[in-house]
Amino acid sequence: MNSQPIRLPKSEIGRERRLHEIRKEAESRGNVKQPGVRPHGAPFPKASVETGYYGIPLLKPPPWTRAIPVYFFVGGAAGAAAVVSAIAHYTGADPKLVRDARLIAAAGAVVSPALLIADLGRPERFLDMMRVFKPKSPMSMGAWTLLGFGSAVSAATFAGFLRERYGPSFPVAVLENAGEAAAIPLGLGLATYTGVLIGATTIPVWNQNIVDLPWHFAASGLGAAVGLLELLGHSKSRALQGLGFGAALFEVWQGFRIESRRHADLNPLKHGPSGAMTRMGGVLSGPLPAALRVACSFASKNRAPSLRRWAALASIVGSFLTRVAWLRAGAASAQDWRAPLGAPGAQVGPDR
Amino acid sequence: MSTTAFLTDSTLCIGCKACEVACKEWNEVSDDGLDWSGHSYDNTGAVGALTWRHVKFVEEPPTPGLGGNAAGQSSWGFSSDVCKHCEVAGCLEACPTGAIVRTEFGGVLIQPDVCNGCAYCVVACPFGVVAKNEDDGRAFKCTFCYDRQKAGLEPACAKACPTESIKFGEIHQLRAEASERVRVLQERGMDDVALYDPTHTSVQGTHAMFIVRGDPRTFNLPPNPEAPTAYLKKGWISAALAAGTLLGGTLLAFIADGTRNAR
Repeated sequence: MNSQPIRLPKSEIGRERRLHEIRKEAESRGNVKQPGVRPHGAPFPKASVETGYYGIPLLKPPPWTRAIPVYFFVGGAAGAAAVVSAIAHYTGADPKLVRDARLIAAAGAVVSPALLIADLGRPERFLDMMRVFKPKSPMSMGAWTLLGFGSAVSAATFAGFLRERYGPSFPVAVLENAGEAAAIPLGLGLATYTGVLIGATTIPVWNQNIVDLPWHFAASGLGAAVGLLELLGHSKSRALQGLGFGAALFEVWQGFRIESRRHADLNPLKHGPSGAMTRMGGVLSGPLPAALRVACSFASKNRAPSLRRWAALASIVGSFLTRVAWLRAGAASAQDWRAPLGAPGAQVGPDR
Repeated sequence: MSTTAFLTDSTLCIGCKACEVACKEWNEVSDDGLDWSGHSYDNTGAVGALTWRHVKFVEEPPTPGLGGNAAGQSSWGFSSDVCKHCEVAGCLEACPTGAIVRTEFGGVLIQPDVCNGCAYCVVACPFGVVAKNEDDGRAFKCTFCYDRQKAGLEPACAKACPTESIKFGEIHQLRAEASERVRVLQERGMDDVALYDPTHTSVQGTHAMFIVRGDPRTFNLPPNPEAPTAYLKKGWISAALAAGTLLGGTLLAFIADGTRNAR
């Protein structure tokens, strides 16, 4: 570069001086007050521990589609329904209850893989999940659990259908019992693993709740399964009433756990759209059905069934909203640049 | 076939973004948008599916002496960011298809012909490096120029770097070089210089180390990155207890109900 001063045409000298003035003003005052000059923020955008790297989030939000919360709901309900069906079967409960619970599980076993495959970036490669069996990856464990669950439940459902149509026979009974027996551990896995799946990530709000999430999701799945069965006409079953009440009580406790802990990472569960949704889902799957179920045991014979239907419906909607809320909370949590940096100034939201 | 690493020395970086360009050219990565961010000269923001090398600009108002600048001149800190190629990589452990592998050079590679785009690696990365390309469907990140390394060449970014801010070499040699460089800089009076290589967490060190001035958090480098597999034990124990309770509760409910019916 030569050091000679740049010669400007006369017409440009005034404009050049103007630029110089604006620059001086920006340096001395930190902003420019001249009309028509509106720099965004300070003239020297500053990165520091307090501001982070311009507040750009370090983590990437989960890029999952809406199919994933729907899958969490369907898979959770199906898993719990399979457990209910098997236990009802082995304890000699109403065969209609066994069959309907099994149908819910079987329907879930068909819908769940479809939802998961739809969410893949390359759906035609879904079989790549079967390339490896990887205990270190909750996603791999989930894929294998779902595959096993589908096989077990469809075997039991098919055998049940054969028995009803052509009468009992030894091979059919073997198939039905084997399917039912396998559906218990696989259904339990399906109802709980999603908690580990999102808990064992770097998303702060999920990671903070890794111990709570499997319990929370199991209770949510049970509430939905019981609700569905009650809406299918099993609103006289005391076992279902007890299970529904237990699930709702647990969700009350879960709501208390979320609301009572003060931690900046939990903000997405309490504030903003994801917070509102978490609370709505919590009320619908916890206190509301619990209260309705208590009320229905004291209500008159005419009122009780309708109260129980409302409790069932609340549990189902609550379970669905809870799953959506947790995934939205995760997306909101990933936007929090402070959490992964452990940066000062993280605001714990106001308590109410 | 030795274990290799990057050492990115931000005290030598001039912010020319040649590494970004070289990476895009060699790996044929398409553009990542042409938006002005207003954050100094950084208009990309972070590494992503289409940005495998990314130069960060930390801009300081005129401070006499800072960065060796004359008074009245603003000063910059630049640092070229990249996938850290963790020793214990969250993405690799989370991948359910086995698409993400450890190469013979110690790098972490997503095999694009296996990845089915489940995106679980995206939420498993403690550095927010792996990203899903929504147009393509799969997850992408720095390949550590596996193809070039296989041919005995250094990665494109290291090759293009005009100031040797990006160093590439055998990992132990590079670690020794890094501590020597930090010592020399501190001797010269840069007492805020530090080596960023998180060996104290479950990540257990990286194959992409950084020499930065000041708090690494200023450059969006997390102080305690954890491979999320570290939480698995806690999670599965909790899941087992929850499953046991669900099973026990269901059993109890139906047995209690059955006895009542029998009465």
